[in-house]
Parts: sequence; structure tokens; C-alpha cells
Amino acid sequence: MKMTMTQKILASHAGLDHVVPGQLIEAKLDLILGNDVTTPPAIDIFQKTCACGVFDRSKVALVPDHFTPNKDIKSAEHCKKIREFARDQKIENYFEVGDPKMGVEHVILPENGLVAPGDAIIGADSHTCTYGALGAFATGVGSTDLACAMATGQTWFRVPEAISFRLTGSFLPGVTGKDLILHIIGMIGVDGALYQSMEFSGPGVANLSMADRLTVCNMAIEAGGKNGIFPVDEQTIEYIKTFAPERYARGDYRIFEADEDAGYEKTIDIDLATVPLTVSFPHLPENTRVVGTFGEVKIDQVVIGSCTNGRLEDLRLAAEILSGQKVRKGVRCIILPGSQRVWKESLREGLLEIFADAGCIVSAPTCGPCLGGHMGILAEGERCVSTTNRNFVGRMGHPKSEVYLSGVPVAAASAVLGRIGAPSELSAEQ
Amino acid sequence: MNASGKVFKYGANVDTDVIIPARYLNTADPSELAKHCMEDIDATFVDRVSVGDIIVGGPNFGCGSSREHAPVAIKHSGISCVIAPSFARIFYRNAINMGLAILECAEAAEGIEDKDRVEVDFSTGVIHDLTNGKQFTAKPFPDFIRKIIEADGLVGYISGKIPECK
Ligand code: SF4
Repeated sequence: MKMTMTQKILASHAGLDHVVPGQLIEAKLDLILGNDVTTPPAIDIFQKTCACGVFDRSKVALVPDHFTPNKDIKSAEHCKKIREFARDQKIENYFEVGDPKMGVEHVILPENGLVAPGDAIIGADSHTCTYGALGAFATGVGSTDLACAMATGQTWFRVPEAISFRLTGSFLPGVTGKDLILHIIGMIGVDGALYQSMEFSGPGVANLSMADRLTVCNMAIEAGGKNGIFPVDEQTIEYIKTFAPERYARGDYRIFEADEDAGYEKTIDIDLATVPLTVSFPHLPENTRVVGTFGEVKIDQVVIGSCTNGRLEDLRLAAEILSGQKVRKGVRCIILPGSQRVWKESLREGLLEIFADAGCIVSAPTCGPCLGGHMGILAEGERCVSTTNRNFVGRMGHPKSEVYLSGVPVAAASAVLGRIGAPSELSAEQ
Repeated sequence: MNASGKVFKYGANVDTDVIIPARYLNTADPSELAKHCMEDIDATFVDRVSVGDIIVGGPNFGCGSSREHAPVAIKHSGISCVIAPSFARIFYRNAINMGLAILECAEAAEGIEDKDRVEVDFSTGVIHDLTNGKQFTAKPFPDFIRKIIEADGLVGYISGKIPECK
């Protein structure tokens, strides 16, 4: 019985030799995640389950990140509820504001060694699919799922079909994982992978950094996917050696490989060298355009950060472009390090100073404007280039504001240009 | 475990906004939600539906938001089961978690007409249209999914499985 990587991980967590697409299974979980939006209702439901406690306090992660540091009374009440729950339940992975390990959920879980190859993870947040970058199965669920999984350590899944993305070649200079995933979503549409897993493979994988892979998997949900997943290679092992040293030392991870000819619904070949600098126009991630092929789009704001592009590699890229430059007058450039660790390392490497000198503001690690929460809401008619993952109507503020999704280089260059453009245009202008 | 009732048939892409419009989401009370079920697509649904009735929909049933209110509204309106060729991923999950039976069966969704009387056997997946005599087979639920639905949803199901507190 041929299986995809996802199917193998699910089979092993369900205690089965094999599974087939469409099969409903009950699987054991390695990690269960909730944030400050989804956890409070889950706590109410949890209490109804009569559970005496969470199934394993080391396998639950609670991350207040969306409206933190709390932006208003309601969000403060929500976070208080989570804080008290975490304390009563002695949750080991609770990340308080200011904790050296804190930050945006999908940035900090891998960074804090909570994700390893072969894990099965659910999170009450749609971008939980990010962890597929490490060769884990991870998907987003609702608050009821979160509550019940915290009580039992299990959940049920429908085994997904899969699309295979075979990558070859390597990016042209300046092109990133964000361009790749936007390019893919433009190609297959926001429901192009509905219910399916997006499995990446091929020799091109080796040319993608872990940061690129995390960005790509992060947006699998934006193509309707259940999960995105990369094979485990040397880079993955290097990553867990660095960030999950204890699990690495214990050998507490499992490498699953897709069977050749695993019965994919379809296979899409992509030569990474053909991926252009890509921007998604409002109001859907599938509305992609190639940078340089559209007219002048003036902007009011740039946001660099989020669970998609708030990692150290992203901030380094931004600093490279912004170093010695000035943000165009009339444009606000907001930089959100994805975690306290990224923030601190950026400080150490002098990136924060580069940003400040260029006229950017650097925020605390938070989701903030990504979901229109706080720290950079748009007014009517304003346009923002953002490295986040959604550009739905009203996502970052006023229903008549506009969000253009891009990778870090385009976002940073656009901040200087005052319009959407490529880094190459900066040197041309000088 | 079986279902039996008359059919309400709808088209493709029935979304969570027509199942329960967002303007009614300021309550989580199931019977309140049920009063507005399908309102924007079929204003007379709530008056005509009786306990046990069945919804037959087109592909991608339940697309849209992740609101758990949608399957709750359908279930508490009296509907015993929804049959469609395919369901949107989060609706599918939420329906089972809320204890609403759903069956994927393209042939049945095509062959069954509005107002037909239909019987469903969840253990075998057999769908029998008593009006036109046709019979279809959906993949039956595995045991544990049937138990979730019988337990009125995931919360009820796991409550029975949690070990006694020490
Ligand atoms: S950064 Fe944005 S997409 Fe990521 S978890 Fe926060 S709100 Fe969601």
C-alpha cells in the first residue's frame, strides 16, 4: 500500500499499518496549541468534558500572541483566563509577555524545540500547518477540537489526498519562499488544494532554507490545504539539533518518507528559477501579479513580520535592503520581530538600529496588524504592502483599505520607494 | 443508528452564511440559532422542517467560515443528516464534533429529489429513497465517528472516555 508522508505519519499515530485517503481515523497527538483567540472558548468547553486535567502538561502549548500586550479590556480578560488555566493546569509551555521564549505561536513553537519530524500536531489556529516544514503533520482545528484534545491527547482526522509539488533548481537572487508559495496559490487558487496535503519534494528542496520552508507551509491553508509538508533532510536535522537539542539527543523524532508513486491526485513541477517576485493583490491571496508587470501602486504602510515572515532570516533580509536607506516620506514602515528571541538577536546584530535609522518603527513580538488587531490598523482607502498571509477585505483595518502580500525584499524596497517595487529599483533610482 | 425523513434539496456551495447568517451570531443558544437556519436561502425551511428530516446539498457544502454555529443550527432545526457529494473541510470537522451526521455520496446527492422520503442506515452507509425506490451507498462511518454522533458530539464522546479522577 503506497502512502504519502502525511498518510504515513497519520497511520503511525493511529496505530495502523496503512491508511487510505478519505479514511476516518483517531490519532494520538504530540502537541496541541491554542492562542488568545481560540483558547478561552476551549477552556469553557474543556470544563464541560469533566476532565480532571490536561492529558499531558508538557504537550499543550498556550500562546497569547494576537492581542498582546493586551490592547483592550476584553483581550486582557481573555489572556487572564488563559493565564489562570495555564497556572492551574501547570501547563509547561505557556508563553507570557516578556518571557525570553515568547512570541507569535508559529514562530516560537519550532524555535523552542516543540516541533520535530514525524510529530502529529493540531492547533486551534489555521496557520498551524507551518510545522510541516520540519517534516511533521500539523493542521488547524476549532476550539472544540482543542478542548477535547487537551483532555484526551487525541483527535480524529479524515486522511487527506495529496498534491505533489516537485521542486527543481534554485531561486534567482532576491526571490524567497514567500514568492514560491504566492506563485503556487496564484497557480492553483485559494481552493486548489482543498482538503488535501501539499507535499513538497525534489532536488529543489535542498535549496530552500528552513525559514523558506516554514513560510511555504504557513500558507498551505491559503490554498485550502489541510497541511503542507517537506521531506526531512540535513537542514531539518541541523535545525532540530540547534532548536530541539534534547529531542535530538534522545532521538525523539521520526523520519517518514513518501513512497515513490504514492498515488497523488496530481503532480506539479516547479523550477525554482522560474519563480518571479510575486505580490498578491487585494482581496485574495490568489490574485497574484509579477512585480514589474503592473503600474504604479502607491502605498501608505509596510508591515514586515508575522508567523509567515517574522523570523531572523526575514529581518536580516529587510535590514540588508533598508541599510543606509530612508523610508519614503508619507509611508509608515512597521517591523514586528516574530519572537522575543528574534527581537533580541536583531538587537545584537544591529538590525534594530538599521531599522530605526531608516525610519521604521520596531514593535514588540505580536500578531498585531496581521489580523487587524492593533499596532498598525489601516484607515479607509489606505494601502499596505505586508509580509503577512491574508489580504481579505478588512483584514488589516477599514473594509475599504487594501493589503498587498509580498515577501520581505519587496516589502522593504516598497517602503523606500513609496510604491510597490523590487529591490533592484532602489539602486536604479540612486 | 438510522435517519428517516423528508428531503430538503439545495445546490452547490451552500455556505455558512446562508446556513446561519452572521447577524444572528451574537448568541450561541442552539434553539435560537435553529430559528434562523437556512433563512437566506430558504425562508420557509424552519416552518416546514420536522424532526428527522434530511438535507441534500451540492458539492462543497458548508464552505466559508469556521463557525461551529452552522452545524449546530442545522442539527437543532431537527435535521438528522446531511448528504452531499463533498463538504468544506472545517464544516465537515465541526459537523461531526457537534454531533451532526453527514454523508459524502455524489450519486445520492444527484439521484434524490426535493421532498422525497429517505432512509439512511449509518452502520452500512445505505441510503434508500423510498419515493423513487433508488438505493445508494455512502461509505459508512467507522465506529468511533458513529459513537461521537450518538454521544451528541465530541464533548459527549470524550466525556465517556476520560479516566476517573484520582
Ligand atoms: S501572525 Fe497573523 S496569521 Fe500568524 S498567527 Fe498571528 S494573526 Fe494569525
